Amino acid sequence: MKQQNLKTWFKSGSPWVWFTGGGVSIAVIMTIGLLALIAVRGLGHFWPADVLEADYRIPGQEVRVLAGELVEAEEVPRARLAASGLPVDAAGGEFMTRELLKVGNRELYGADFSWVVGEWLENPRTPAELVVIERREWGNFYGYLLGVKESGRLVAEGEAAWAELQQRIERVAELHGQLARLEKKDIGRINHGLERLRLKTRALELDGALDAAAQADLAAERAQWDAKYRELEGRLVALQQEFNRDSMLVRTTDGREQEISLGKVVRAYQPNAMASFDKLGFYFAKLWEFVSDEPREANTEGGIFPAIFGTVLMTLIMAAIVTPFGVIAAVYLREYARQGPLTRVIRIAVNNLAGVPAIVYGVFGLGFFVYVLGGSIDRLFFPEAAPAPTFGTPGLMWASLTLAILTLPVVIVATEEGLARIPRALREGSLALGATKAETLWKVVIPMASPAMMTGLILAVARAAGEVAPLMLVGVVKLAPSLPLDGNYPYLHLDQKIMHLGFHIYDVGFQSPNVEAARPLVYATALLLVLVIALLNMSAVYIRNRLREKYKALEH
Amino acid sequence: MRHESPSHGIDLDALGRKKQTFDLASELVALEVPGLSLFYGEKQALHDVRMNIPKHRVTAFIGPSGCGKSTLLRCFNRMNDLVDGCRIDGAITLDGQNIYRKGVDVAELRRRVGMVFQKPNPFPKSIYENVVYGLRIQGINKKRVLDDAVEWALKGAALWDEVKDRLHESALGLSGGQQQRLIIARTIAVEPEVLLLDEPCSALDPISTLKVEELIFELKSKYTIVIVTHNMQQAARVSDYTAFMYMGKLIEYGDTDTLFTNPAQKQTEDYITGRYG
Repeated sequence: MKQQNLKTWFKSGSPWVWFTGGGVSIAVIMTIGLLALIAVRGLGHFWPADVLEADYRIPGQEVRVLAGELVEAEEVPRARLAASGLPVDAAGGEFMTRELLKVGNRELYGADFSWVVGEWLENPRTPAELVVIERREWGNFYGYLLGVKESGRLVAEGEAAWAELQQRIERVAELHGQLARLEKKDIGRINHGLERLRLKTRALELDGALDAAAQADLAAERAQWDAKYRELEGRLVALQQEFNRDSMLVRTTDGREQEISLGKVVRAYQPNAMASFDKLGFYFAKLWEFVSDEPREANTEGGIFPAIFGTVLMTLIMAAIVTPFGVIAAVYLREYARQGPLTRVIRIAVNNLAGVPAIVYGVFGLGFFVYVLGGSIDRLFFPEAAPAPTFGTPGLMWASLTLAILTLPVVIVATEEGLARIPRALREGSLALGATKAETLWKVVIPMASPAMMTGLILAVARAAGEVAPLMLVGVVKLAPSLPLDGNYPYLHLDQKIMHLGFHIYDVGFQSPNVEAARPLVYATALLLVLVIALLNMSAVYIRNRLREKYKALEH
Repeated sequence: MRHESPSHGIDLDALGRKKQTFDLASELVALEVPGLSLFYGEKQALHDVRMNIPKHRVTAFIGPSGCGKSTLLRCFNRMNDLVDGCRIDGAITLDGQNIYRKGVDVAELRRRVGMVFQKPNPFPKSIYENVVYGLRIQGINKKRVLDDAVEWALKGAALWDEVKDRLHESALGLSGGQQQRLIIARTIAVEPEVLLLDEPCSALDPISTLKVEELIFELKSKYTIVIVTHNMQQAARVSDYTAFMYMGKLIEYGDTDTLFTNPAQKQTEDYITGRYG
């Protein structure tokens, strides 16, 4: 009887419904879990956690006062701790806790992170006056503020020092902005101009046209640039002096005193004194810094804006290259080529290209685009820059181009499918009105197939934006000195190397000297990469849906 | 006088058609088919068709499915060129010029010989843009000219009053019958000499069919019209001449009244009395 029931249950198909439904649920849960994990691990990093101060008593040694943020804690067998050489008491529970503290003060302690045995920490407390100083170099400083100095003269001490410090940090931040602008923009322009002048001189020299008149012209121009540079240099030196005028006197928890120039300070805060609301404000400020600022300290501090910018710009250039090529190829294959064995072979080949491992494209890009194409371009158009390569070295252009051929099959296949779906009646309607085949394609068929092209582009963007392996060969670097898009002619520098979020994850996570500091940034960057790709995709989906609405085909 | 034969399927009186006899020999010729065969690959679809299409008259092609009437119609504007493996043997002359000779501008030919298809196929554009499509192709972009053409063509297609307030809305929002009249407007906007209608009412409801038929009647003073239809009543209602085709051959061709009331061929009689097809 029971077996009978089971049999009918199987026959009814409900096991399959459960099975497939379960599969979908697992997929959804895994995706959400993945996103949640990277979101929690990544976003938590920016929260200004309370700083713990405690007396650290290693048996048989003097008591030391420690301060730091608790990063993680784990249970470790007593025996293992003992084996690692720590003076652990033999008696006691089987496990002891081991805690990872971010203690900062790298120039004093040698490392920002320190493992301590939880049982040896005594009198844990969170004093409100404990200051965290975020610096441009050497990581965070944890300690107490003693006083503020201006040009070596003490101007504030004790209670008043904190307010004074905040004011002066604000001034320094303002100066820092000015300095960055001066260095990047104004002096950058002069360097750019001088470099172009040098290339011009070299080009004239190569042409044998560098006569006295030309030399005089060039010298005059160089003199102009030099004069401008000297003026800016003066301003730069003055600014730098202003910038480094103030300093602060601080003391670590274990009693060492230290003077820190305010020019090195990004911000100072007292996390233990902050209310939740202040912490929230601080949190968003840090988050904003992360997405809008440049990286510091070998990419383990600061922001990742250049990487976001590079990723988006490269993807957009890739889209601008792959769309026309893919569409033209698909139109030819579907509309003009005689359908036969040859087109079938081409189609199979195109489909198979989509399955070639990305690194192979990277190698191809390096071997063909960079060395052959770029090398030829350099020989033909930039002989004056030799032996320094212009296009004959990995760069934005080659990265975009490599990704474009990597995603070309997707666009071709999607466009072909779109073209095949345009009803024959519409083409005939156009032809019957005296339009030629080309006019019909241009005015009726391609606009109607545009949603399908967008679908192809969406798939292409999704694949390209997340690709890392080939980019390591053809144009992505750990740290690019400037953005590939700026105010200097020709504005878009296709020969420049770029930063990329995917590569940034790899670099920060695996190539960084400061692994503990970098780990949360890996998660945060991963989350951001997912967001950037989602955003790129969503805008493409939005455009496609608009087009679909516009060219709703005759499906009735 | 006419013979009335109750044994035939179509009662012309009941259709309310004005009785009028035509004489093919006295008509001006618009299209001349001196002998045309057509092959789809190995298969012959048209067997040495010979006929003259009279100017400013409505000529209907009837016959069972697959008899080649649409194929023949599509020969008049070389629409069959688009079919892979289609080969044509013979000629069709328009104004004394063979349209199949070498070097013919096919686009220009299709401008002169317009075509309306079985299913309405408006472009996914506005009503206005649909009507001016052919004109824009010819490079006419002056707004005043286009506006005039739209009004004239839509009036010609008896659609103006229904759509004049929403010319810039999508053509896909029109009903099937309106769409088919829009297609006719779009076709006459380029002022062709010949209008080919390939079962224009097969996808329409009776009221829309009636409107299109009235339209055909109006249009014939200006255009030579060739219509393919499955519906014999329709052929009898709208056409002046009727050609009956069967198995790729032109069986009988002549004045509509005569063909329906007194067919010369046994096959024609069998078909119009509903014995097959």
